[in-house]
Amino acid sequence: MKAADKAAQQGALKVDENGRRKNAAQRARALMERKSDSMPVVQFVGERQERHVTAEMVDPAPRGGIVEVAQQHYLLRLIVSRQLAQQYAASVLGLLWSYIQPGMRFAVYFFIFGVVLKTHQGTPNFALRLFAGMVFMHFFTETWTKATQSIWNNRALVLKMRVPREVFPIASMLTAAYHTGPQVVILIACCAVVGWHFSFAAVLALLLGFALLLTFATAMALYFSALNVLYKDFQNIVSTITQFLHFLVPMMYSYSVIAALGKDHQAAYQLYMANPLAEAVMLMQRCFWFPTLNNQSQFAKQFPPDLWSRGLIMLAVSCVLLVFSQRFFARVESKFPERL
Amino acid sequence: MAESIVVDHVTKDFTMHYHRTLKQMAVATLRGLPLKEEFQAVNDVSFTVEQGESVGLMGLNGSGKSTLLKLINGVMRPNQGTIRTRGRIAGLIATGAGFHPQMTGRENLYLNGAILGMSENEINGKFDEIVEFAGIGKFLDTPVSHYSSGMYARLGFAIAIHVDADIFLADEVLAVGDRPFKKKCLAKMQEIRTQGTTIFYVSHAAASVRAMCDRVLILESGHLNFDGPCDDGIRYLQYDDDDDDENSLEGMVDEELGADI
Repeated sequence: MKAADKAAQQGALKVDENGRRKNAAQRARALMERKSDSMPVVQFVGERQERHVTAEMVDPAPRGGIVEVAQQHYLLRLIVSRQLAQQYAASVLGLLWSYIQPGMRFAVYFFIFGVVLKTHQGTPNFALRLFAGMVFMHFFTETWTKATQSIWNNRALVLKMRVPREVFPIASMLTAAYHTGPQVVILIACCAVVGWHFSFAAVLALLLGFALLLTFATAMALYFSALNVLYKDFQNIVSTITQFLHFLVPMMYSYSVIAALGKDHQAAYQLYMANPLAEAVMLMQRCFWFPTLNNQSQFAKQFPPDLWSRGLIMLAVSCVLLVFSQRFFARVESKFPERL
Repeated sequence: MAESIVVDHVTKDFTMHYHRTLKQMAVATLRGLPLKEEFQAVNDVSFTVEQGESVGLMGLNGSGKSTLLKLINGVMRPNQGTIRTRGRIAGLIATGAGFHPQMTGRENLYLNGAILGMSENEINGKFDEIVEFAGIGKFLDTPVSHYSSGMYARLGFAIAIHVDADIFLADEVLAVGDRPFKKKCLAKMQEIRTQGTTIFYVSHAAASVRAMCDRVLILESGHLNFDGPCDDGIRYLQYDDDDDDENSLEGMVDEELGADI
């Protein structure tokens, strides 16, 4: 019975296929007739030259990844400058907004945590420590939120032009860096005013902290920009997380509070410290804030004893994350045109 | 002559997702409706194009022409098979260039040029020529979202044709242009044809294809059903059904008339 059904079905399909073909033939003819004079005819004139192309045969869509982005620096520069121009287009204060917003946030944190909750007691140069953390957290959250939306926002280009698509999240990161740069200058000026003592440990902390922040930010930018194409929920998830991310790193309160927590709740402590941003912020404080103190030995408890090894481990983890997210991006990228 | 484009057993599948929210998916699952469906836009297509060849791509709407051009251009990757191309590729895919709507014509010109592989000096050198060809004049510093569809297409074509590419793809881009501009574009395409550029030209107008191309590829629902000289291809498209002889004769007459206009 079932076999008979199937045979009948197949027969029906076959007939359908023929009909379809005939139909297509008719449509093609009609289309040709309609369009016959839609394009003017321009005859070929002149001699045909031979063109010698020296390039090799290559895949038109190479999987160059972020390496290819780095090679096309002119394109990257154009996209970054466009994003900068666009971000505050049609606003009176323009670029000032990228200082007003962090400035206000700094004032509020300083007031609530420093003045009201009195966390600055026992912490000299509290404002400097808070600022050192905030500048780099601002860079990260800016990168993350903007990069997550970047592919979606540039879909007009992604759909029609062949570009290494990693260029959009990377450009978002450079835009964030452009906004954060002057804040770093302010931070350095503040350090100079307060009195910063040179030490190799501080420079090493800067290098390690910066490398950690950069690899982690790139990894997150790539991963979430691709994910957001598949599921637009992720841009909401990211903006929700960034709202409380500032509270999850030791900048408004000191590390010693977290260390005290670790005595009772080891798991919570480990979870807190598993955040690469916590290490990055502490390394930055180690570089900018710690060398401004007069009696440094007294404040050694403000950093975990294994800050350096944790920092290095987190750098290694971030590198692995970066490789993983680049692979994820390359895999998902071929689905972009149908999902945008 | 050297090979310019080699397409080897290329297949491109699309997955259509019918439902995007969790609620819709749950409802669809309960009703037993499919959540997604795959279909093949390009099915096992193979061909080789030599440098300097001019190829017309014909077929009905939805037969996979644009997808094939996107694969050659590198916007998409095939699911199966390989594509190899030689040299710089420029072109216009699916009626219009990839412009950023909020950017001005000038910014888009630079961005597009950079994407197509031009250096800053190269773009600066050709800037005036491109603007003049596009004829957008004072609208150069207006966001392209305010452009008319004709202006949009003109600017896109002007950039792509001035790239000095080794492979030029033109996908029904000129459909929105007016007649004088179409004529200008086709003359320019004939000019780069003399320079030995490989050309891919998508059009439904048989006479125009005959004048522009050495060879015709015909796609039918994703299959490459014809690959050969122009006249044979156009005859193939007429389908020479015996019952419609008169009709196709009329078509030929129309086409010839079209040639004179």
